[in-house]
Amino acid sequence: MKILGLYNYWIVIGLMMIGFYTMISRGNLVKKLVGLSVFQTSVMILYISMGKILGGTAPILIEGRENVVYTNPIPSVLILTAIVVGVATLAVGLALVVRIKEAYGTIEEDEIHEQDDVM
Amino acid sequence: MSPHLPVLQVVVPLLAAPVAALVRRPRLSWLVAFLAALWAFGSAVTLLHHVLSVGPISYHIGDWAPPWGIEYRVDQVNAFVLVIVSGIAAVVLPYARASVEWEIENERIPLFYTALILCMTGLLGITVTGDVFNVFVFLEISSLSAYALIAMGQDRRALTAAYQYLIMGSVGATFIVIGIGLMYVMTGTLNMADLAQRLPAMEANRTIPVAFAFLTVGISLKLALFPLHLWLPNAYAYAPSTVTAFIASTATKVAVYMLLRFIFTVFGVAFSFDVMNLDRILTPLALAAIVFMSLSAIYQPNVKRLLAYSSVAQIGYMVLGISLASVLGVAAGILHLFNHALIKGALFMAMGCVMYRVGSVRIEAMAGLGRTMPFTMAAFVVGGLSLIGVPLTVGFISKLYLVRAALEQGMWPVAVLVLVGSLLAVIYVWKVVEVAYFRQPIGDGSIREAPLSLLIPTWVLVLANIWFGIDAKLTAGVAIRAAQALLGVGS
Repeated sequence: MKILGLYNYWIVIGLMMIGFYTMISRGNLVKKLVGLSVFQTSVMILYISMGKILGGTAPILIEGRENVVYTNPIPSVLILTAIVVGVATLAVGLALVVRIKEAYGTIEEDEIHEQDDVM
Repeated sequence: MSPHLPVLQVVVPLLAAPVAALVRRPRLSWLVAFLAALWAFGSAVTLLHHVLSVGPISYHIGDWAPPWGIEYRVDQVNAFVLVIVSGIAAVVLPYARASVEWEIENERIPLFYTALILCMTGLLGITVTGDVFNVFVFLEISSLSAYALIAMGQDRRALTAAYQYLIMGSVGATFIVIGIGLMYVMTGTLNMADLAQRLPAMEANRTIPVAFAFLTVGISLKLALFPLHLWLPNAYAYAPSTVTAFIASTATKVAVYMLLRFIFTVFGVAFSFDVMNLDRILTPLALAAIVFMSLSAIYQPNVKRLLAYSSVAQIGYMVLGISLASVLGVAAGILHLFNHALIKGALFMAMGCVMYRVGSVRIEAMAGLGRTMPFTMAAFVVGGLSLIGVPLTVGFISKLYLVRAALEQGMWPVAVLVLVGSLLAVIYVWKVVEVAYFRQPIGDGSIREAPLSLLIPTWVLVLANIWFGIDAKLTAGVAIRAAQALLGVGS
């Protein structure tokens, strides 16, 4: 039960490995970026999991109910920053892929290497 | 000194970046960028002076006391790194004006300066902050702008180099975020000083070694530690000259600083070296970098690529110093961080001059440049001597400290390998010098000396190489005090 109870962390590890493997194994530059995105998304789940308390609510102080159980908001806030960073990275990456397509006429890694070796 | 200087160090360049984009006129945006770099340099020197005479500064952003608020903490170590980063920026920007006008289309120049200033802001931010998540945010600011800057190179391979750097750099940054998250889940704090206090109690827990591993690997990717250096040679070789000169002498240095900060300040020397035995992995990798990357440099036909491989080898020297974990070793690492910024800055700027006049930096294209571009090649020769570590140059001082640190621990094979690295440097520097001085010039003799606006900044760095090579009291003194602060021994 203990192992199943940590299922969100298993999802994190699974997504992380899928993303990482995609990045390494695929030759298509867009697919590599998709892999990178999946990889970064897994970290978001890691952060949100560790802040969550079962039954916890939003961290809002209400008069008369001081001892309410609430979820730690800091990991969520941190990961909000990381989401923005992830979007920016993806945007820069895709912009680079567009420029590579214009310059080489392909976005397959092996074909790009072939063209560079000829020069 | 204004009490807000630590935060202004970052905020002023951050605000200058959009201004440089909005003014739209190339010359004007250059001026904005230059003023921002000068401001950063001025405030960094003020901070260093203050830290050396008074002591570390702790600045609380928005007056929220740490560990709840974000703290900017300036001590001997990062004040020194701030001076390096902003100093190189202040020298590179006057050089950039002519070089960038030649290499980059007019309408993109304002955006180029915006990215350059953002990159500097990110690097200064990583250095000055005392909050681990802040490190990640600034790391991404500097990295994203660096990807854009590298992609602006004229060769189309600059695009693939930037893409490769983006993939590997993002993996490194994500590893760092994982490490930070795991530390947060155990301690509930992101403040470096607070982490340093809370972590020792948690050492037995398996999460902390995992966090340590993620952080070390992530930072090693960023600092291009062999064998995680694959993004570096192409990125340096095909980026615009200004970008290579700036990034080569600052970005990896700040990553080395991050490594120092995490292994010494956050985790502590006892945990990093006695429990995790970090030296057993860093020392062999650093030595492998010195030997194999120097050998690879010898076979490069493109001089910028040759220097890039040599950079990976030089990073090996810095990491080697750190892995010795003694005051002398860490001081040698910090000293080489400063000295190598001067060396590679000067060499890449000399190559930028060659690019400006010849249009290529392949070794064959350098034939006879010793006669046609005497001042440029003289700068290259002095920089090369410094890279080798000839006395009276800064390279000698770093090697001297490093060899002394290795011998102090009786590791004479390490000292021998350091010297072997120097001999290999003789070979690859000589390859360029031979072609430049002992071959007939090719072409119709239309190649002239580079313009003064390129030569003067290059020679400023070359003279700094000699100045700090003769009078190392200042740099070595600061480096030793910084190492003592990191290792927590008497100061």
